[in-house]
Amino acid sequence: MTQVSMTVNGKSVSGDVEGRTLLSSFLREHLSLTGTHVGCDTAQCGACVVHVNGEAVKSCNMLALEADGSDVGTIEGQANEDGSLNVIQQAFQDHHGLQCGFCTPGMVMSTAALLKDNPRPTEAEIRKYLEGNLCRCTGYHNIVKSIMAASGQDASSIAAE
Amino acid sequence: MPKDSGIGASSKRREDVRFLTGAGNYTDDINVHGQAYVHFLRSDIAHGRIKSIDTSAAEGMPGVVKVFTGKDFEGVGGIPCGWEVTDKHGAPMQEPAHPILAQGKVRHVGDPIAAVVADSLEQARDAAEAIDVDIEELPAVMNMKAAAQDGSTLVHDDLKNNICYDWQLGEADDAKVNEVFANAAHVTTLDLVNNRLVANPMEPRVAVAEYSRGTEDYTLYTTSQNPHVIRLLMCAFVLGLPEHKVRVVAPDVGGGFGTKIFHYAEEAFCTFAAKACNRPVKWSASRSEAFMSDAHGRDHVSTIELALDADSNFVGLRTNTYANLGAYLSTFSSSVPTWLHGTLMAGNYKTPVIQVNVKAMFTNTVPVDAYRGAGRPEATYQLERVVDKAARELGVDPIVLRRQNFVTEFPYDTPVALTYDTGDYNGTMDKLESAADLAGFAARRSASEANGKLRGLGINCYIEACGIAPSNIVGMLGARAGLYDAATVRVNATGSISVMVGAHSHGQGHETAFPQVVADMIGIDESMIEIVHGDTSKIPFGMGTYGSRSLAVCGSAMVKATEKVIDKAKKIAAHLLEASEADIELKDGQFSVAGTDKSVAWGDVTLTAYVPHNYPLEVEPGLEETAFYDPANFTFPAGAYACEVEVDPDTGQVTIEKFTAADDFGNIVNPMIVDGQVHGGIGQGIGQALLENCAYDENGQLLSASFMDYAMPRADDVPFYSVDHSSQTPCTHNPLGVKGCGEAGAIGSPPAVVNAVLDALNSGGKAIDHIDMPVSPSRVWAAMNG
Repeated sequence: MTQVSMTVNGKSVSGDVEGRTLLSSFLREHLSLTGTHVGCDTAQCGACVVHVNGEAVKSCNMLALEADGSDVGTIEGQANEDGSLNVIQQAFQDHHGLQCGFCTPGMVMSTAALLKDNPRPTEAEIRKYLEGNLCRCTGYHNIVKSIMAASGQDASSIAAE
Repeated sequence: MPKDSGIGASSKRREDVRFLTGAGNYTDDINVHGQAYVHFLRSDIAHGRIKSIDTSAAEGMPGVVKVFTGKDFEGVGGIPCGWEVTDKHGAPMQEPAHPILAQGKVRHVGDPIAAVVADSLEQARDAAEAIDVDIEELPAVMNMKAAAQDGSTLVHDDLKNNICYDWQLGEADDAKVNEVFANAAHVTTLDLVNNRLVANPMEPRVAVAEYSRGTEDYTLYTTSQNPHVIRLLMCAFVLGLPEHKVRVVAPDVGGGFGTKIFHYAEEAFCTFAAKACNRPVKWSASRSEAFMSDAHGRDHVSTIELALDADSNFVGLRTNTYANLGAYLSTFSSSVPTWLHGTLMAGNYKTPVIQVNVKAMFTNTVPVDAYRGAGRPEATYQLERVVDKAARELGVDPIVLRRQNFVTEFPYDTPVALTYDTGDYNGTMDKLESAADLAGFAARRSASEANGKLRGLGINCYIEACGIAPSNIVGMLGARAGLYDAATVRVNATGSISVMVGAHSHGQGHETAFPQVVADMIGIDESMIEIVHGDTSKIPFGMGTYGSRSLAVCGSAMVKATEKVIDKAKKIAAHLLEASEADIELKDGQFSVAGTDKSVAWGDVTLTAYVPHNYPLEVEPGLEETAFYDPANFTFPAGAYACEVEVDPDTGQVTIEKFTAADDFGNIVNPMIVDGQVHGGIGQGIGQALLENCAYDENGQLLSASFMDYAMPRADDVPFYSVDHSSQTPCTHNPLGVKGCGEAGAIGSPPAVVNAVLDALNSGGKAIDHIDMPVSPSRVWAAMNG
């Protein structure tokens, strides 16, 4: 066992982990931050996306020890300070961008990373960026629409409704 | 004007807040103090005889609590099948044993051989690697037609052959069918494969079980669409436990699509092991484990023949299908190629003579069962592909040919056992033609051609039978369960309401849509109503969510229970208002005496029910009612879909340029949720048509066992969809007039996509009749250059 320390959603945390413990396991099992989901074993589905030092990272594909000393953000830390949904979360609710909710934390975290780098992405840019996030419920229609709305674009102009 | 609350409003989903903030409660989020972890050792060969299993080394490894093999389950029941199909000679289907852990033989890659329970998951995995299994490999039974031949290797040594049943529906007189085809002006024939799929809800399956020595109670948390069905099957058929000592909880479930209907060995194992180990146990599937243990979908090989007269009227239809059931019978597997498939072969058309033949086969593959649409996509694909081919052969417009043969008068008795209560297939086709701007297609095709691309338009119609189902009818057809549902409406003293429902929401938004109905009936705010689901200790006995049934069946039970509540509340209101019960009206949450200004509020009546000081003596205190609802018929959603594709002739790459759906779902409670359901179904249908294929090699090795090699649709594989559901013929036999919308997209879209690709290729001068799904670039290129 090795001790690992990091900042998660602004709080300092530490724990003893095996060398093989994944960051996703550390968050879920050690910190009980179960909003980060694991949907595959191959870093394909993106349900486990978190932010590490501001970058979107698939936490099932990173060892907890690799995140030692990092600043980690998870879905649990995304809402506004008063507990209300942030702009991205609110757009997903407004535009029915989620159904079962399992991929949703990863979608929200990926969207935040996308909009940080590209504040007004086109539809094509959004679809390309989401290659690493699988959703089985929505057919992606309302996810793309939600992201356009979250970036201040007029989602109602999408003809298909 | 769109409504802002109640039936017909696009109320935002209240469940979203917890999902968007990481506060959902999925099964893998549940940890019980002191729990041990389960790892299953699964067969890596498709078919073999177990010579020996040596667990001694594993048992001595660090953290190991206990190692189980098939021997530990001798005398314990196996996984049951919930539907007995009778073959065309009147004999029951062949029904092999399905042990919890393999006994004697392994029959598919992924078949569980042993299970290790240990203090940590890592220790359980490490110990499983130390189990020594000696298996004599046998030839794998993979090809269905070869498996049906005498002398084939047997998947189950105690069965007479690999044919589960040889089933027929419709016209039984072969001579009559032959005569129809002999006298036809034109016959179109098509051989096709409905590709094997894996449902792949994003949440893998999980089971957590605990046992209390003090009370002898069990609790099983599981990723299920129907907790009461799991409890009944596991208690009555597998473990022999009294139902009242077993609580099954399906908390937030991350998608199901059918594959979480079924009772799985891992659920029974964990429940059994929790007592045997005297510790809570937890099993969480990896994605690869999901690929080799979740029931798969589809996998039919069919020949379909359509006979037309000289005026292009459909006069006869005959299909012969081999349906793959895999190595064992999953819970509803036997019903899928039969009663959920053969009965739909009439489609939207008034074909007078139909004969459906299905041979269901055992093979050394993962069991196959219901996946979104379940039998109906397979029927629709056959029918709509052969109709499209007939149109091309005859040089008739595919829309004109369809319209000419539509059923237009209702109720309509099909030759394949169903009675369509209502519909308007020309109505949805009219909506489609306008919503898809079919008039503008020629110009869009020209534009594509100017860019060196071929453009195709694919049309498809579908009908589905939903709202499963009238218990007396399905009982006659072999179902070993009733298919009603139930709801309890519990009104609290202060007027808020908890509605306990048998349906289970795993993405469908019941927690939002169901309250819209009750709110409308009483005239109170939706926020005063909460839906409780997924816990057998809280809800009445209900059959769960699948087959687009939740609102049509459970919603009807909820309406009935709410009506009972209102009837009783009116008695109390009549007493308070010193009026006759017959004169009491309920509107906007106020009970009033007709023709007067006397009224009493909903909250005053509910408080009186629980503080019955001034109260009618003949009425019981309290305000809580339960209703069970058994539907009188199936519901029949129907629609017309249009897909436009571009094909790159140099690479065979297909891109979906435009997808339009016109559905008739009857009345609609929440249009936003209905749109979302259709979008999701279309996404999965496009996945089947262009991308997805569960592939085995000839030795039974599963080649597509991860997201690295099974092509799930991604955001850039699909377009925005246009969805219209303004053509509405309400269901005639349920109180809400609703039909169900969950599966339509997955049923209606695959033939639309394939028809579009073939239209594109033929427009480029290639006479290509068919390409099997998934219509991958290599298949398209080979067809163009073959």
